[in-house]
Parts: sequence; structure tokens; C-alpha cells
Amino acid sequence: MKKTLLSAFAGLAMVLGISLIGAPAQAEGDTALPYQDWSWSGPFGTFERAALRRGLQVYSEVCSGCHSVKLVAYRNLMDIGFAEDEVKTFAAEFEVEDGPDADGEMFTRPAVPADRFVQPFANENAARASNNGALPPDLSLMTKARKNGADYVYALLTGYEEEAPEGIDLLEGMSYNHYFPGNQIAMAPPIDDDAVEYADGTEASKEQIARDVVTFLAWAAEPELEERKRLGIKVLIFLLVLTGLLYALKRKIWADLH
Amino acid sequence: MASKFMENPVIKWVEYRLPIFSFIDHSVGSGYPTPRNLNYWWNFGSLAGVALVIMIASGIVLAMSYTAHVDYAFESVERIMRDVNYGWLIRYIHMNGGSMFFIVVYIHLFRGMYYGSYKAPREIVWIMGVLILLAMMATAFMGYVLPWGQMSFWGATVITNLFSAIPLVGDAIVTWLWGGFSVDNPTLNRFYAFHYLLPFVIFALVFIHLWALHVHRSNNPLGVEAKAPEDSIPFHPYYTMKDLFGMGVFMIIFMGFVFYAPNFFGEPDNYIKANPLVTPPHIVPEWYFLPFYAILRAFTADFFMYWPISWLMSAKLAGVIAMFASILLLLVLPWLDRSKVRSAKFRPIYKQFFWIFFLDCLVLGYIGAKPAEGSFIIIGQLATFYYFFHLIILIPLIGILERPRPIPESISAAVTK
Amino acid sequence: MADTVTAATGESKEDDKSRRDFLIVATSTVGAVGTGLAIWPFIDTMNPAADTLALSSTEIDISPIEVGQSITVVWRGKPVFIRHRSQAEIDESQAVAIADLIDPETDDQRVQKAEWLIMVGVCTHLGCIPLGQKSGEPKGEYGGWFCPCHGSHYDTSGRIRKGPAPLNLVVPGYEFLDDSTVKIG
Repeated sequence: MKKTLLSAFAGLAMVLGISLIGAPAQAEGDTALPYQDWSWSGPFGTFERAALRRGLQVYSEVCSGCHSVKLVAYRNLMDIGFAEDEVKTFAAEFEVEDGPDADGEMFTRPAVPADRFVQPFANENAARASNNGALPPDLSLMTKARKNGADYVYALLTGYEEEAPEGIDLLEGMSYNHYFPGNQIAMAPPIDDDAVEYADGTEASKEQIARDVVTFLAWAAEPELEERKRLGIKVLIFLLVLTGLLYALKRKIWADLH
Repeated sequence: MASKFMENPVIKWVEYRLPIFSFIDHSVGSGYPTPRNLNYWWNFGSLAGVALVIMIASGIVLAMSYTAHVDYAFESVERIMRDVNYGWLIRYIHMNGGSMFFIVVYIHLFRGMYYGSYKAPREIVWIMGVLILLAMMATAFMGYVLPWGQMSFWGATVITNLFSAIPLVGDAIVTWLWGGFSVDNPTLNRFYAFHYLLPFVIFALVFIHLWALHVHRSNNPLGVEAKAPEDSIPFHPYYTMKDLFGMGVFMIIFMGFVFYAPNFFGEPDNYIKANPLVTPPHIVPEWYFLPFYAILRAFTADFFMYWPISWLMSAKLAGVIAMFASILLLLVLPWLDRSKVRSAKFRPIYKQFFWIFFLDCLVLGYIGAKPAEGSFIIIGQLATFYYFFHLIILIPLIGILERPRPIPESISAAVTK
Repeated sequence: MADTVTAATGESKEDDKSRRDFLIVATSTVGAVGTGLAIWPFIDTMNPAADTLALSSTEIDISPIEVGQSITVVWRGKPVFIRHRSQAEIDESQAVAIADLIDPETDDQRVQKAEWLIMVGVCTHLGCIPLGQKSGEPKGEYGGWFCPCHGSHYDTSGRIRKGPAPLNLVVPGYEFLDDSTVKIG
């Protein structure tokens, strides 16, 4: 018995040790992130469909001038409740380069659902040239590419200060942000109250806009999330049943040893 | 084995030409006597086998959709995550399977150390195990490069640069490893080739590991050899069932991570495509390398373990040697430990130092994840010192000085008393 | 292991054995079903991915094709022959007696508009690409297409007339979006 206890302790220590190592090292010297309640967290979480729609609107009207989401295709919108015709119309508003045609020339055509979201700039250098030397990152994976990414993006979007605190000299063209590493960010405050006019009539407060676009970006980064969680429940219930049966059978078989 | 089964004419026909059924029976069947007193720590060997099979199966499927080219690797992985049917599931299984494999193997290794499973006549079982660990590390390191994220690229850069510490030929070796003048497309291609090859090398090593194991059979928590028939029970159905139950528990934990915390063991930076011009502010290896990474970093010019050899080599080279030595030392563990008693159960002093060593490895892992600054440096150096002190000094010394408690006559005497 | 003594007390040996047998059957069944289900995702990864399926139709501008000319376009990785047939070819195709055909099909069944013949350019024998698209190429004994691999002759409606191929060249699903655009797939 004592040995079992000791073993249990060792196992615990191992797990603790590992979780200690894996625990998020809070970005050094930065303000701690305020945590938000997201509709997709938790084992049964899903993306709120209305927020996704509003988030796409925010992305299209506010972010897409500088930021790409190049890993997402227009057809993916059908997975979150857009009708096929809606997607076709939406995609057709964008021009993509195609070719070469029979004469060897490149040409542009309206985008189709199979295309990925059209990028605002042709390449990195063009993006830098239009943005004062700074590169607006692609947002397809943004909420996965930062620690607690959804909370981080939300905090960043709502964490601007009009004036830098005493004693901090902002560089030319930079803004002060509480949550950006180093606090000086090249992106000007992107959203404000009523920065968009929502098609569904939701009041467009700054916080609402930030929440909606973060929802959209979280989906863009993890489009498999809902399917993953749905399947996960089934797999875990199945494994619990199977393991229970295996345990019962193991005990039954070992019982005749004594 | 059930004689009814063996009398089936088809089975008999095959058995006469290829005695595969009796081979299976003598390997994991009723014809393989196993000590009756194995505890649940003995489950981790079979779990490691399960993990290896899952890794190979998911890896082969991933290889069908992966493109090993610096321009496409990152995007092809994201295509697996987004467009390939169940691609996200297979990739998360492979990602988390790597971590699971290491957890299981580390527990397996510490179990062997606690119960003295490395001692005569099982030295070769142990040595094959250490070689498997080395091959796993090489495989994991190269696999981590394939998604071509920021951590992939900078991990590859840092680790390949270790070889530049070798005097005279170091730089030439690094250039050779890269196939160029930095980690680039040729590097990615060869890492992919090795990452596909090495698991099969591991498979062969596992075969030898098990072959040697079956000669003298499993050690057990008491560390006394099974002699009388009542000391042993047939592997099947007793341990097949126990292993299957262990597998169920393992799969619950594994799948819990895959479905609900798939990026728990990962680094967010690896979801940013590799950029050779920007190093992430805080680069760390995967968690299973952290203790060794801590040993590597402990060697600075002012580290007291470095002083005696400072006339001979740079601190960088000393760190690299120490890191490799920390694993290679395990190969000679059977000869460092002079004690005739296997199980720590009967070795009161060794048992205490075993747990200190275990905690020391956790501390090294913790330090490996922390930036090299302030008290982390000192703690890392002390922990590194203890790691080697334990293996080189304490183990032989305890083996000679310790007075073990009386060991039981036989397994059955201890179990049924 | 001393703490695993749990021999079911108060049960006869017979009961015990049947409970054990039941557990074995139940566990094996659940385990086998689980293994089967777990294998499916691995197999399914080899089916066409979402981005591949999204590209399974293509639109082609046919206005530049002159009468008597053919073009080859790629659809789902295979060549599709689009031929602007002359009146002579159409007449010839329609005149053939059904009874003479290896794979009986009238010309009307194979086209939506008589002047446009659209079909997958893969020989139904063993998958080679028949000749006959360009003016200088052999067109076979029936003036359509000729497969050089094993000598199958197709007529001006793409029907197999002579040689080892068992079936006519396949007509893919297509529709005319307007007079000059056809959507295949």
C-alpha cells in the first residue's frame, strides 16, 4: 500500500513537473492579459454564428486593407452558415490574378469560392512600402500564434492609449498599446465605437467590434474546432466504456490467481 | 496455447512451415512465463510500443500530404489541418503522440533505474533502451523542423550549430549538415528523409530490446529472479489483459490532449512561418529536451565544473560534450552501480537518492524552459552538477557502502506470505 | 498485488465462468468496433481533400474555336476534348446505324448541341490519350480519333468502332452557361 502511495506521488510529481514546464511563461514584463469568456471555450464550445458574420464584416471593412487571411478560402464560409450564392457574390467582389492565357499574358478574374481570401498586397515588400516599413502580419493563425491568442488580440485591439505615459518617447508613426510587447506598435488604433455599421443592427461599440473580429479570427485559425470537440466527446465516452470493461475483465482474470 | 487452436489443419499447415504461432505464444502468449508480481509501472514498456505504432501509422498518412520544400512546407501542413479529410485529427495525434511517447519512455526509464532492471544479466536490454531513446530524440528533433514554423527553423539552427563547437572541423561539419550556409531547403529535405527512416531503425532496435528481454525475462519489483514455477504466471491472459487496460487509460489521457488541448505541448511561435531574418524573443526546445538543454546552457565560463577543463576547451564545447555525456553515461550505468541488489525496495539509501535524482531531472527541465538569467543560471548549474555527481560518484559509492535490507527467498515467498 | 484479492465471494464457479465469458465477448466486441472506427480517419485522408473537390468544375470560353477545330482542356487532371464539328461530321455521325456499334449510342445522346462534341479524351481500353485533336494526327478509319497504344478507332461522335476498347469515349457532365461558355463538372 505504501508503495502504491509512493508511486502515485511520483506520478503526480511527474505530471506537475510537466505542467509546470508547459505552463505559459507570461510574456516577460508585459501587463497580464485580462481573460475573456469566449463562446468556443470549454468542451462543448462553438463559435457564435451571428458573431462570426459580424466578425467577417469587421475584417472586410477594417482589417483587410492591410491584413491578409490567406489560409482561409471563400468556400470555407459555407461551413459557418453562409449560403452558396452568398459566398459566390462575396467572392466575386475580389479580383484574383490568373493565367497565363493563350497569349501568355496574366489576367485578372473575379474570385470564385475555391479561391483563398485575396491578399491586400502582392508581396511582403509591397506591404512594407505601404505601411511605413512595418509588415502587417497574416491573421489566418493569429489566435494560435500567440499565447492565449484570442485574449491577446482582444486586449491588443482595445488596449490603445491616446497618449503615451510620461517618460515614454513614441517613435514616429507609432502608437502606445498596453499589451503589445514593447508597447510601441506600428498599427494605428484600428477600431473605435461605430467603426462599422452592423448589418444585423447590433450596437457597434469598440468592445463589441473587437469581440466579433476575434471570434472570426479564432474560427479562421481553428476551423476544425467544433468538429474536434464534437468528435472528442464521443471518443472519450467510448474509451471510458472500453477501459471500464477492460478493467472489469482484468480483475476477473486476475481473481483466480489467489 | 489452446490446443484446439493448434489442431486446426490450416494452423498446423502454416506452423509446420513457419512456426509463427508458437513464436507468438512464446513471446506474448501463455508460453511466456512472467513474474507474478509486476506492478503498474511495468505497463509502460508495452505503452511505448503502442505509442511507436501510433506514431508510425499517423506519420505515414501525414507524409502523403506533406511537401518538404521551404516554400510549401508550412502551407502544406495547414492544408492538412484545413482541407485533408481528418487531417487535423491525424496531425494532432502525431504532434501529441510525440509528447506521449516521451512521457511513457521516461517513466519506463526511471522505473528501470528504481528497480535496478539494468543489472546483470539485462545490460543489453538496458543499452538497447538507451539507444532507442537516442534515436527517438534524433527523430523528434528532425520531425519538429518539418512544419517549418519559427521554432522549427530556430530550433534546427541552434541545435545544428552545436556541432560548430567541435575543434578544427566544426564549421565544416555544420555546413555539411545544412547542405548550404544556413538551415534551408536542402536541410529540410534531408531531415524529412531521416525523419521517415529513423522510426524504422527504432523499430529494429525495439526488436533487439525485446529479444534480449525474452532471454532472461522481466525483472520485477523485488528484483529477485523467478525460479520456482509458482513465481511466474503466463503472460497471456494475465499481462495481456493488464497491458490492454493500461492502454485504455493511456488512450484516454492521449485523446484528452488531442481533442481538448491539442497545442498544450506546442509553442505558439510555430504557427508563424519560418523567417530566417527574425529570431523569436524566447526560443525553447520541446519539453522533452529541456533537461538536456539546461545542461548545455549551464556551461559558462564561470561554472565551477568548467574550471578544471578550461585550459583544454571552450565552455561552449564543454556544454555540448556534457549534454551528450548526460545521455551516454546511462549506457555504462550497469557498471557504475556495484550493488548486487536490484530493487530500491531493499536499498534504503539508494532509494532516497533516486528520488533526489528524479527531482533533479524535473528541476533541470524547469530551468531549461526559463530564460538564462539571474537565479535560474545558478540553480541550473547546481542541478547539472548533481546530475553528474549522482551518476558518476554517488551510484558507485552507495553500491559499495550501502548495507541492503534482507531480500526475500523468492517471489512467491514474498507475495503469498 | 496482495491488494487485488477480490475473488467474487458467494458465487458459484459456474456463474463466475459465465460472467467472465460475457465480459470477454462484450469487451472484444467493443474493442473491435472501436478499432474499426479508429481506422476510418486514416483511410479517409486519402480521399480527395476539400480544396481538391472545390476545383472539380471548370468554365471554358468556346467562342474562339472555329468550325472543324478541336481544343484540349484539363479537367480533374484529365484531358477533355472539345470539338466544333462541321456539318459533314454531324451528318456522318447521325447516319450510322445503331446496330453497327460496339457500344450502341445515338449521336443525339452524346451531345447537347450538335456542333459541340465534348468528351473525356481518355481511351476506354487502358487509359491512353487518343490522337486526332491536331490536324496532322491520324484520326483512325472512321475520321474521329485513334488510340496509338492498342489501335482503337473512334468515330466523329467519339464512339468506339474498331479495336479493343469496350466503350465510347466518356461524355462528362457539362452545361452551356451561355452561347460562348461551357461549364464542365
